[in-house]
Amino acid sequence: MSTTVAPVRGRIHSWDLSTGVDGPGTRFVLFLSGCPLRCLYCANPDTWHMRDGKQTTIDEVMAEIERYRPFITAAGGGLTLTGGEALLQPAFTASVFRRCKELGLHTTLDTSGFLGARATDELLADTDLVLLDIKSFDVRMYRRLTGGDLSPTLDFATRLDRFGVPVWIRYVLVPGWTDDPAAVDGLGGFLAGLGNVDRVDVLPFHKLGAHKYDRLGIPFALRDTPTPDPDLTERVREQFREHGLRAL
Amino acid sequence: MTATVTTGARAATEAWRGFAGLRWRDRIDVRDFIQANYTPYEGDSTFLVGPTERTLAVWHKVARLFPEERRKGILDVDPGNPSTITSHRPGYIDRDRELIVGLQTDAPLRRAIMPNGGLRMVENSLKAYGYRADPFVTRVFGTYRKTHNDGVFDAYTPEMRAARKAGIITGLPDAYGRGRIIGDYRRVALYGTDRLIESKRAERALLDARLSSPDVIRDREELAEQIRALGELAEMAASYGCDVSRPAVTAHEAVQWLYLGFLAAVKEQNGAAMSLGRTSTFLDVYVQRDLGEGTLDETRAQELIDDFVIKLRIVRFLRTPEYDALFSGDPTWVTESIGGMGGDGRTLVTRTSFRFLQTLYNLGPAPEPNLTVLWSPQLPSGFKEFCAQVSIDTSAVQYESDDLLRPRTGDDTAIACCVSAMTVGRQMQFFGARVNLAKALLYAINGGRDEMTGEQIAPEAPAPAGEYLEYGELSAAYDRMLDWLAATYVNTLNVIHYMHDKYAYERIEMALHNHPVYRYMACGIAGLSVAADSLSAVKYGRVKVIRDDTGLAVDYRIEGDFPAYGNNDDRVDSIAVDLVKSFMAKLRKHPTYRNAEHTQSVLTITSNVVYGKHTGNTPDGRRAGRPFAPGANPMNGRDRHGVAASALSVAKLPYEEARDGISLTTTITPEGLGHNPDERPGHLVGILDAYTASGGFHMNVNVLDRATLEDAMEHPEKYPELTMRVSGYAVNFVRLTREQQLDVISRTFHGSL
Repeated sequence: MSTTVAPVRGRIHSWDLSTGVDGPGTRFVLFLSGCPLRCLYCANPDTWHMRDGKQTTIDEVMAEIERYRPFITAAGGGLTLTGGEALLQPAFTASVFRRCKELGLHTTLDTSGFLGARATDELLADTDLVLLDIKSFDVRMYRRLTGGDLSPTLDFATRLDRFGVPVWIRYVLVPGWTDDPAAVDGLGGFLAGLGNVDRVDVLPFHKLGAHKYDRLGIPFALRDTPTPDPDLTERVREQFREHGLRAL
Repeated sequence: MTATVTTGARAATEAWRGFAGLRWRDRIDVRDFIQANYTPYEGDSTFLVGPTERTLAVWHKVARLFPEERRKGILDVDPGNPSTITSHRPGYIDRDRELIVGLQTDAPLRRAIMPNGGLRMVENSLKAYGYRADPFVTRVFGTYRKTHNDGVFDAYTPEMRAARKAGIITGLPDAYGRGRIIGDYRRVALYGTDRLIESKRAERALLDARLSSPDVIRDREELAEQIRALGELAEMAASYGCDVSRPAVTAHEAVQWLYLGFLAAVKEQNGAAMSLGRTSTFLDVYVQRDLGEGTLDETRAQELIDDFVIKLRIVRFLRTPEYDALFSGDPTWVTESIGGMGGDGRTLVTRTSFRFLQTLYNLGPAPEPNLTVLWSPQLPSGFKEFCAQVSIDTSAVQYESDDLLRPRTGDDTAIACCVSAMTVGRQMQFFGARVNLAKALLYAINGGRDEMTGEQIAPEAPAPAGEYLEYGELSAAYDRMLDWLAATYVNTLNVIHYMHDKYAYERIEMALHNHPVYRYMACGIAGLSVAADSLSAVKYGRVKVIRDDTGLAVDYRIEGDFPAYGNNDDRVDSIAVDLVKSFMAKLRKHPTYRNAEHTQSVLTITSNVVYGKHTGNTPDGRRAGRPFAPGANPMNGRDRHGVAASALSVAKLPYEEARDGISLTTTITPEGLGHNPDERPGHLVGILDAYTASGGFHMNVNVLDRATLEDAMEHPEKYPELTMRVSGYAVNFVRLTREQQLDVISRTFHGSL
């Protein structure tokens, strides 16, 4: 039985199918429009503004998902909501997850946690996994990198732990920005204190979204920033491992 | 006669020691033997061993010749001695160290001529590589002995010639061997040639009682040839010191006998695809027995398979550069079908299934043999994970749905060439290449005139005349054009196969089939995604026609968006499905030579490049000369929602209406299978399971990124082994033409951001 009463609409940028990068297995990935942060390395600047998204009803979204449900079920996977920032549209996100749970689909929320307070307890109850992007553990660096505050994300991480929602931490490694050993160590210590962190994905910064900046006429601040070399990536992973975390 | 039987019986007692089952003893029935004796293997790959020093020494000795061969096109050829089963003295790579012996000629990579298919093809090939044609050969095949090619052109009609020349019917096996016939080479090992001859004589005796109608006379003559060929096989084997008149006694002999059977076939025929069949589980029975008797260990078992595979890797045919442009990289399609499930629910995976795949590690990646995994979600997980790992590491494996094959051609099905299924030893096919559906659409728009030359190729027909193409009108014109095409096509194939049987009959391959054999007429279509997208553009967008001063439509301007095939969008996928169904229905209307059952494939091999070159601008926005997508693939770059959406569009094409196979070539970047390398095999297994469960038939899996290929184009010397699946087969990337390399690089790479 569906608990959705009103026809909830969302602003959607696009959808896609991916394997092994947006949560476990092969997933239907829904990109919502609008994000309160402006991360300098953002790979999807075309999802920043909610107004650019396409008004879509929950039924339209579910119809699209339905066409992939047998495939996803056989392949092992589920649905991932990302963006943009999925929690900028919390009611819509909650409805999609509710409907997916009714279908028995695995649900994953990919979020910066900045708007974690907007996630209702009901939404968290329908969330099988959170991909939590923690951009930096240094408050000032976090602000320089994202334009926002770090504390809501850490609060959200703690709340997820209390609720027992499993979390995969995403840590984008940007040389000169997020490779400070002390900051990494600090984050490692924080995460080690949580009981719900299944793994920490250290993601080497890439510039594959650079062409989108060109197209949108937005300056890409990290254009000249190098991508991390494998040694650096391994060092950071090792730092997390020293805290007993599974870093990949 | 009595003496032979006695010797045979004694040989069989030793050869068949410890084997179970009865039926296969009384009649030729390899499947029954396998079912009664094989040991399914449900474990993982940890038992496998690496190559021995001996294996590497043999392999390196022949691999050292590859660079020169690549540079010159061919290493060497014997222009004066047309190849037969017994034409050449024994040849060796390294006589003292080889475990499995036998070469097509007297030296490795030395090619043979086979003028039965066509003398001109032989002469042109020799000339292209700087050799002079042998005057004796020219006199014999130019004066006394007619060839297949001569016969075909005597019987072609002007319409057939025109359709062929214009390239609307293309790739026809009218100047080369048709191939795609799989001898049941396992029979040589299990029974020996004496017993096989005896059985053929019995088949022949039944015909002797029948009225001498043309069909019966032809069958009698063919059986006589088959019996003769079996004798020649025994004679050739004896020259290598092997007595294949009796069954194989050990695993070593089983591999050797089986290989000699195959060798006889590739000495006699240069068929486009000379596929091996389904041998690994059969051979495993012998390996298991010897392991049990303590006469073999894992190292030696792997050595036998490695050595066998070395031989399969160096099968060569003399072909023209034009042929190579069509089917690039010198492919031979020595396809080996591995895995699958049995009708009784047991898996047909054995340890030797693993050992075959292991050769890609032991000898390094290579395109041949064309290793084909018959996939089912029910396969043991250890095997699935290993296959996925091999794909990720080598991009050398293709997958076909065992769940679609088993109910139709049984659990002893093998794939010929890329995607053509047949029951081993009981069924064969007449290979019919393909027609160009995209060009046919342009013919419909132009009333039967060719869009490149303006020549009237199809009969003149009313053509849509408006400024904009109108869907209903265009569909009707296309339907009429396809009626003509199907009729011309089947008629043409009938001519070709009549002549091939007459002048270039596959004696030894057919000797390793039951009589009577079940035949398929394997038609095919190319350009499906171009045709479907073009119709979609007309239906959902607006397409304006641009004509030259003779009224010929030469270009199109598209207004508005249209859905493209490859995004799991029914609006256009249904157009592709309807095309497949309707063309199949049209083919079935026309009677075939020897009452073969009509089938069709959606497959292009690498010819998608050449077909594209010969096709003008199309209403989907594709520019003239640009390659088609291969096989049933969505057009390059138009499948925008990842591998699952792309695969689901292809999976909608009904296998029942394309029983000769539906080919999908997928390239996924390593990252596209997950950030974490350890998880990638599991993810690929998931995709293959889901594709198969969705009704998908075939998938070539490449796990590569574009940068690697671009670097390989610039620095081929760094990538001698870089292998990738192109369309039903694998190639050395560096052996593709530059055009084909660019085509491959421009294809969709399913990655991740």
